[in-house]
Amino acid sequence: MSVYFNETHNQARETARQFVTRHILPHINDWEEAGEFPRSLYLQAGEAGLLGIGFPEALGGMGEGDIFLKVVVSEELMRSTSGGLVASLGSLDIGLPPVAKWAKPHIKESIVPAVLRGEKISALAITEPGGGSDVANLRTRAVRDGDHYVVNGSKTFITSGHRADHYTVAVRTGGEGHAGISLLLIDRDTPGFTRGKNLKKMGWWASDTAELFFDNCRVPADRLIGAENAGFIAIMSNFLQERLMLAIMAYTTAEIALEASLEYARNREAFGRTIDRFQVTRHKLVDMATQVDIAKEYTYRCAALMQAGKNPIKQVAMAKNFSVEVCEMVTREAVQIFGGMGYMRESVVERLYRDAKILSIGGGTTEIMKELIAKQMKL
Amino acid sequence: MKVLVAVKRVIDYNVKVRVKPDNSGVDLANVKMAMNPFCEIAVEEAVRLKEKGVATEIVVVSIGPKACQEQIRTALALGADRGIHIETDAEVQSLEAAKLLKAVVDKEEPKLVILGKQSIDTDNNQTGQMLAALAGMGQGTFASEVVVDGDKVNVTREVDGGLMTVALNLPAVVTTDLRLNEPRYASLPNIMKAKKKPLDTTTPADLGVDVAVRLTTLKVEAPATRQAGIKVADVAELVDKLKNEAKVI
Repeated sequence: MSVYFNETHNQARETARQFVTRHILPHINDWEEAGEFPRSLYLQAGEAGLLGIGFPEALGGMGEGDIFLKVVVSEELMRSTSGGLVASLGSLDIGLPPVAKWAKPHIKESIVPAVLRGEKISALAITEPGGGSDVANLRTRAVRDGDHYVVNGSKTFITSGHRADHYTVAVRTGGEGHAGISLLLIDRDTPGFTRGKNLKKMGWWASDTAELFFDNCRVPADRLIGAENAGFIAIMSNFLQERLMLAIMAYTTAEIALEASLEYARNREAFGRTIDRFQVTRHKLVDMATQVDIAKEYTYRCAALMQAGKNPIKQVAMAKNFSVEVCEMVTREAVQIFGGMGYMRESVVERLYRDAKILSIGGGTTEIMKELIAKQMKL
Repeated sequence: MKVLVAVKRVIDYNVKVRVKPDNSGVDLANVKMAMNPFCEIAVEEAVRLKEKGVATEIVVVSIGPKACQEQIRTALALGADRGIHIETDAEVQSLEAAKLLKAVVDKEEPKLVILGKQSIDTDNNQTGQMLAALAGMGQGTFASEVVVDGDKVNVTREVDGGLMTVALNLPAVVTTDLRLNEPRYASLPNIMKAKKKPLDTTTPADLGVDVAVRLTTLKVEAPATRQAGIKVADVAELVDKLKNEAKVI
């Protein structure tokens, strides 16, 4: 029950739910174990219109300006119980907005619609082996040479990095610090660009994650996204929605763990009664439910602020941190309620517990969020 | 060819229904509602007929409170062209629903009317048949295949003991069974487009139909809880139990 959603949102939620029920849930355990999911899922998601939310209609999107449409669809996709799948399927949400907003017209027209149809995959590449949070000091260098940039350096932990077609890459085109950073759109088949193997991870198994290597990689100069050396602002403005999405992923992960725990506690018997008859379990479930509800409602409030055209940097950072903490607590307690069964891979809570950890790291760590909040508080 | 499809708003099939404490009915407070699954199949069949070029216009009609418009919008998002909402807060029973639909049929003059064989709330399985009788049309109920052939429609029906195919002259009434098709879900672009499709509202009074109830529900009870099953040691014991305890063989 929520005051934020209208009839269109409810219908979109139903569509996303059907998509997950029909195309993902029957296979998700196999895909998690295999470490990837079929590329055809992108096409199916594109056909259902699930990839185009927030992108302009002229580029094949569903139109901008309805944050809650994104919220409902993100929540339902997370119901696939696989954060990894959602991260890879949704890597365009972080890779593509700078292209749609600031790339040259002929570039955005040739790339954005194909990605929104699910024919091509878009990824964002910022983090480097030498540092992630410290964006202003990234070291991958792009040097202008005639009508090309020559790129040298490497990136790591890139979601969809293994099989993306278009990479939105942060590079250094100028001097030290944030004023020397630009965004370049680099295609998969550009000479001098290679990818490492699919990295093995603690969680998010169904997501392909890779290292990228640029060795005298020549990128046409018209692939510069926005103005030269203006990339830092673009990267930062992209983070707001990414962090909102991570907050949604966190509380939905927690919500699924809570629901599984309720179901389990109502049926599991110990000492002659179902375990929800023990006050200690009941109170634990109540604490979990309370936290999930608060995380969710606070995140909705942030979305409403964004909907109203505000730039709630502080609030979204708080929502991410709070939701992630709730997610870690709730998934931990869910495994505890399941007992030995919760340690088994066949239990959904086992996966949720592993998948929770990345949320306090990706999209800006909890510590970076706190620094951001401190700055907003003028501390 | 114009096709009329009737859809009903019911409790979502995923919801575990609860009987009200006073046994007067099923508790609908804060319960998720959805389009009756058999009606979804009816909409899907109409949309497929349109995709094949057989149907030219799909009109979808629903009877009930204002909230029914959600189900009409869903049908429009799935591919119907226009909606008619017969708004009433009263309880509408099968015969009254059939009379209301008859009034719409008189006005719209569709060649084919497709309905679900029953709705999962009261499971009466009556409205389609009653409508056919009132409108003087042929009926093909429990359809698992519908093939329009010129002025006729061949309907394969699921009946006890197998399949029966009936050839009906158009206009005709068809009610859908589960295996007729697998309904699609609406894509987001189609949901947006549906918002602009026309939806007219009318009332039972406008259509000249009295919807006063003729049947009174005395009591609604939840089904008895099932007893836990048992494990048998071997086939011999199973046969013995089926023969002597369950007495089914």
